[in-house]
Amino acid sequence: MEGPLLDFFRAARSAGLRISPAESIDATRAAQVVGLGDRARLKDTLSLVLAKTVEEKRAFAEVFDLFFRRGDFSPAPPVEEAARQPAPEAQASGQGEGGGGGGGQIARMLLSGDQAELAAAVEEAAQEAGLSNIALFTQVNLFTRRILERMGLQALEREIAANPEAERTGRLRQGRDRLRDQVRDFVEQNLALFARGETEAFRERMLQQTRLSAIDRRDHERMRVLVRAMARRLATQYGRNRKRDRRGVLDVRRTLRRNMGWEGIPFHTVWKQERIEKPKLVVLCDVSGSVAAMAQFLLLFLYSLNEALSGLRSFAFSGNLVEVSDILERHPIEAAIPEVMARAGFGSSNYGMALADFEREHMRLLDSHTTVIILGDGRGNRTDPRVDILTRMADRSKQLVWLNPEVRTLWGTGDSDMLRYAPHCRVTAVCNTLQHLERVIGALLRDGG
Amino acid sequence: MSIAWHRLLSSIEATEAGLQTAGYIASRPISTALYLAHHLRKPILVEGPAGVGKTELAKAAASWLGLPLIRMQCYEGLDESKALYEWKYGKQLLYTQILKDRLGSVLGEEPGLDAAMRRLHGVSDLFFSEEFLEPRPLLRALREPGGAVLLIDEVDKADQEFEAFLLELLSDYQVSIPEIGTVRADVPPVVLLTSNSMRDLGDALKRRCLHLHIGLPDARLEARIIASRVPDAAEDLRRQLVAFVQQLRMLDLKKLPSVSETIDWARVLVLLHAPQLDHVMVRETLNVLLKFESDIEAVTPQIADLLLKAKREAVPIR
Repeated sequence: MEGPLLDFFRAARSAGLRISPAESIDATRAAQVVGLGDRARLKDTLSLVLAKTVEEKRAFAEVFDLFFRRGDFSPAPPVEEAARQPAPEAQASGQGEGGGGGGGQIARMLLSGDQAELAAAVEEAAQEAGLSNIALFTQVNLFTRRILERMGLQALEREIAANPEAERTGRLRQGRDRLRDQVRDFVEQNLALFARGETEAFRERMLQQTRLSAIDRRDHERMRVLVRAMARRLATQYGRNRKRDRRGVLDVRRTLRRNMGWEGIPFHTVWKQERIEKPKLVVLCDVSGSVAAMAQFLLLFLYSLNEALSGLRSFAFSGNLVEVSDILERHPIEAAIPEVMARAGFGSSNYGMALADFEREHMRLLDSHTTVIILGDGRGNRTDPRVDILTRMADRSKQLVWLNPEVRTLWGTGDSDMLRYAPHCRVTAVCNTLQHLERVIGALLRDGG
Repeated sequence: MSIAWHRLLSSIEATEAGLQTAGYIASRPISTALYLAHHLRKPILVEGPAGVGKTELAKAAASWLGLPLIRMQCYEGLDESKALYEWKYGKQLLYTQILKDRLGSVLGEEPGLDAAMRRLHGVSDLFFSEEFLEPRPLLRALREPGGAVLLIDEVDKADQEFEAFLLELLSDYQVSIPEIGTVRADVPPVVLLTSNSMRDLGDALKRRCLHLHIGLPDARLEARIIASRVPDAAEDLRRQLVAFVQQLRMLDLKKLPSVSETIDWARVLVLLHAPQLDHVMVRETLNVLLKFESDIEAVTPQIADLLLKAKREAVPIR
C-alpha cells in the first residue's frame, strides 16, 4: 500500500503542497488507521495531515481527485465493442498463441477487449518506465513510446506486418491505434499530476531573477501574485512585533512596580524596550519610459505591504510631479497603475523640475520619522539636477533611499546625475529584479525605516 | 492501557455520534480529526472564522469523554510562568521568615562559614520543590491522572517565541522544568489549538498538528445545529432563519454572521415568540446577526427581498 501513497505524495508536492518526510510518515500511519477502503474518508484524513492552509486544502482536494480518477482508465466505447464481438474472440486468441512472442499477450488483450487487464498492464509498464519522474511536456512522446515498447508493441507490429490481409490483423491495427491514444492520454494525465509544480516553480524562480523591465506582458499577472506573496511574507514578519528587548538595560521603574508584592525584592526583572516604529514612507517614482516597469512593481509591492507601514504617500513624475496615493488607495491595483501611468508616465524625465515641485507643495510631509524612497535612473536629459533640493530633503527626513535600476557601472555616464545625488542618500542600491526589491524593503522594515 | 474514554473513540462514526450527544453536530472532517488525534497522538489545530464552533468543539469533546477541560487563553506577552508553572514566591518568602529562627539555630551550631554553607545546601532544595510549585494550565493538563482535554485558545495571538515553546509539549507530551526535571504525561491529553489566522503560524507548529479548517456550514448542517442547540424553535422558523442567514452570507458584508450568531438569533426569536420570520421582526433583531452599523444599513433595504427568497428556499432537514 505504500507505493500508491508515495506516488500520491509526489503528485501532491508538485501541486504546490509542502510535504515533509515526517508528514508523509504521519499520513501513512493515518491511512493505516482509517483504512484505504472508503475514498471520502481517506480524503478527509489525508487532508487533515497534509494540507495546512485553506488554499492548500483546495489544492489538495484537486490533486486527490485527479490522482484517484486516473485509476478509471478504461473508457466506455471499447467495452461496448468487445461485447459486440464475443464470437471471433475465442478463435482469435487461439491463433494468437500461434502468432507467438511478446506480441501474443498484448494481441490477446487487445482482441478480447479486457480493459481492466489492459489498464493494469499499462500501469505496470508505466511504473517500469519510471513515469512518475516525468517533468516536462516535451517528454510525453518519449514516455508513450517507452510504455508501449515495454508492453510488447514491436512484436505486435511484426505480427501485423506478417499477414496484412487477415481480418484479425485489421482488428489488431484498430486496437493498436486505440491503445496508443489511451497510453498517450494516460501519460498526459500523469504529466498534469506530477510535473505541474516543477514547471511552475521553475518559472517563478526565473521571474524573480529577471530584470523587471524585461518581463513579458503575459507574465505580469503571475508577477503580481508573486509580488503580493512576497509582500505578505514581509508584512507578517514585521507587521506585529514592534518591540525589541534591549538586554542589559534595566527598566528600574517598571521592575519596582512589578515586584511591589514582594517588598520590592526584584524577582522579576523588566528590561528596557526599544520601540521599532513602523516606517513612514514617501515614495517618488520616476515613471518615464525606461523605469516605468520597475515603478509599477515597486508601487504594487508597497501597497500590498500597507499593514506593516504606518503611512505611505506616493508621487509619480516624469516631468511634473503628481501625487498618486489617492488613485492607488481607491482603485484596485490593476486599474490604478495604468491610471498613474496615464497621468504622469512616459514623458522624458526632468528630475530638477520634479524635485522643485515636491519642495514647493509637499515639503511639510517630511519630518524626522519619514523615509524617502526615490526610484529612478537619475537621467534628467541634461536638465538642472537641483541637487540643492535633494540636500534639503535629506536634512529634513530621517533617511533618503535611492533605488536605481541601472547597474552601478553605468552611474554617472552620459546624462546620468546619479553620482551627484548619491552623496546625499543614506542608501543607494541597484534594484532591478524582484529579489532586489524584497531585500531592500525587508531591510527597511527590519530597522524600522 | 485501559482507560475508559479511549474505548469511546473506537471509530469515526462513534466519534460523530458521541459529539452529538454532547450537543455538537460535527461534519465528517471534524469527527475524523478527533478520531485521528487520539489514535495518532497528535494535537489538532483548528482554524476558521470567528464563531463557527472551534472552542465549542473542545468543550463538547470534554463533556462527551468525561474529561476535565483545561483551557488556556493566549494573548500577546504570554510566557512560561503564566502558561506552565511558577514558583509561589510569596509562600517561599513567608516560610523563610517563619523558619528564620529555626534556621539560625541550626546553622549557628556549625563551627565555620563553610560548614554552614554545606548545611544550607542540604536544605535549599526545600524551597524549590513541588510544595512551592504553582502549576499553570499546561502543566496541569500533563499531570491530570486520567487524561484531559487541553484547549489552547487563539494561539495566533501569542508571540512567536511562545509558539516555539509549545513545540516540545505538542510533539512529546512532556515539558522540562529546570529545577525539577522533565514532566511527562502518563495519559496524553487530547490537545486542541485554535487560531483565527491573525498571523500565519510557523511551519514547525503546523507540521506537528492535524490541521482542521471549519468553515461556515451549509444550510442542512446549520439547520441540524440549530435544531440541537435551540430545540424550542419551531421547524418552520428554523428553516426560514437558516435560509435567511445563508442568503446574508452571499452579500458583501464586513463581517458575515457565523453559526454562533445564528444560534443567538434563533434564541432571540424564540424569546419573542415568533412563529415565523416577518419584516418588522427581522429589522428589529438584525443587530443580533450583524455587528457593524454599516452592514446593518446595507442590509436593511434588502430585507423584504431576502425574506422572500429565504421563504422560497427554506430546505427541509434531512
